[in-house]
Amino acid sequence: MESYLPILYFAAVGAVFPIAILVVMALVRPKRPNPAKLAPYECGVAAPTDAWDHRFSVRYYLIAVLFVVFDVETVFLFPWAVVYDKLLLFGFVEMAVFLYILVLGYVYVWKRGALSWA
Amino acid sequence: MTLTLSEPLFNALLAVVKILFVWAMTLAALLPNLIWAERRVSGLIQDRPGPNRVGPLGLFQAVADVLKLMMKEDVVPLYVDKVLFTLAPLITLTPALVTFAVIPFGSSIPITWNGAVRDVPLVIADVNVGILYIFALTSLAVYGIVLAGWSSNDKYSLLGGVRASAQIISYELAMGFSAAGVFIAAGSLRLPAVVEWQHAHLWNVVPQFLGFVVFAVAIFAETNRIPFDLSEAEAELVAGYHTEYSSFRFAMFFMGEYANLIAASAVVTTLYFGGWSLPGVAFTGLWGGLASIAVFAVKTAAFIFLFLWVRWTLPRFRYDQLMELGWKVFLPLSFFHLIAVAAFVAASGR
Repeated sequence: MESYLPILYFAAVGAVFPIAILVVMALVRPKRPNPAKLAPYECGVAAPTDAWDHRFSVRYYLIAVLFVVFDVETVFLFPWAVVYDKLLLFGFVEMAVFLYILVLGYVYVWKRGALSWA
Repeated sequence: MTLTLSEPLFNALLAVVKILFVWAMTLAALLPNLIWAERRVSGLIQDRPGPNRVGPLGLFQAVADVLKLMMKEDVVPLYVDKVLFTLAPLITLTPALVTFAVIPFGSSIPITWNGAVRDVPLVIADVNVGILYIFALTSLAVYGIVLAGWSSNDKYSLLGGVRASAQIISYELAMGFSAAGVFIAAGSLRLPAVVEWQHAHLWNVVPQFLGFVVFAVAIFAETNRIPFDLSEAEAELVAGYHTEYSSFRFAMFFMGEYANLIAASAVVTTLYFGGWSLPGVAFTGLWGGLASIAVFAVKTAAFIFLFLWVRWTLPRFRYDQLMELGWKVFLPLSFFHLIAVAAFVAASGR
């Protein structure tokens, strides 16, 4: 765990530095709000509803679900890659079977049109 | 005068010195010059001078820009989610800066301590899951962008945020699969080990050229750079996820993007171009260590230039093209690459 300690220092500085600038510069910068300035950006008319009331394409959800499936595979792949020189042929066959099943799912998703945006 | 320090204190001191060095290199030297370089390179490519009035060659332009942004009014629109709106720029900038912690930026420097000479490796934290740490941090950057888009309560921001998140997670897959090839070769997730393997054998870009191409293209998508900057396509989305941001909060997104750019260039250099090493050159001793830092800096700078060059040369993709390219071209390519590398290693030994 000791090797992670410098990361902690590093992250602390990385977080404190922008906050410090934000806080310190609040003393200098002007603050003159008015209703027009505080309105959400729109082309001259007031926004009729909150933006988060709008619905957006279901494809984004599909992509998110597919991502989780495939990303879990990469989680298996990294440890396999590290010890690959000890597994060699056994590791290759095993991962080939694993990837074959994965590719089957991938082809299915592709054929069903989940990867098409047009 | 002899200074006696306990072992943990000495290590902590070393860590602080290295951190200060990396901060100085990235935040104080590279980042402002990168803002300047981008505008000068764009000028060069578009046959115009670019900023050349503030200081010699316009070098102080970035300082002027950042100072100006700091002094501007910080508008927080009335209908935003205040907590997330405040947090989002931080969540973008901080992970981008912290990525540098595991990247080895040089070989090692001998330091005499308590009468014994020890080689201090030039990496802030030599963790054994180095690349996972980097992937984790690049994934965190998605949160910053999607939260900025969501909390702004503005439909352009929302669309930009949603687009960015879908794009980043899509290309992350191809990136992960292609990077796995590098770790089959090196047999470790530690980045110093990856560099040492390349130093002893061959730069990964030669045997794993396909993996490099996939990884490099994925990085353009991950950092939201042209030709893949659909999250802030100004012709459709005003400014995308940072439409509602002003003043230093906007500058934080801006700096986050550039810090990501530097980090991505450093990662490509480390994984595929031998990091600080040069074939056949042994970097030992004080001067060797310093020279290796210079080698690493030059390689990283070359990649940063590539990023700028591409940005000012290629047009922007359409969103459907971007997603289909990621899922239908680069993902199968990265599968193929991984199988090919594994088959080659199984057949021939490492």
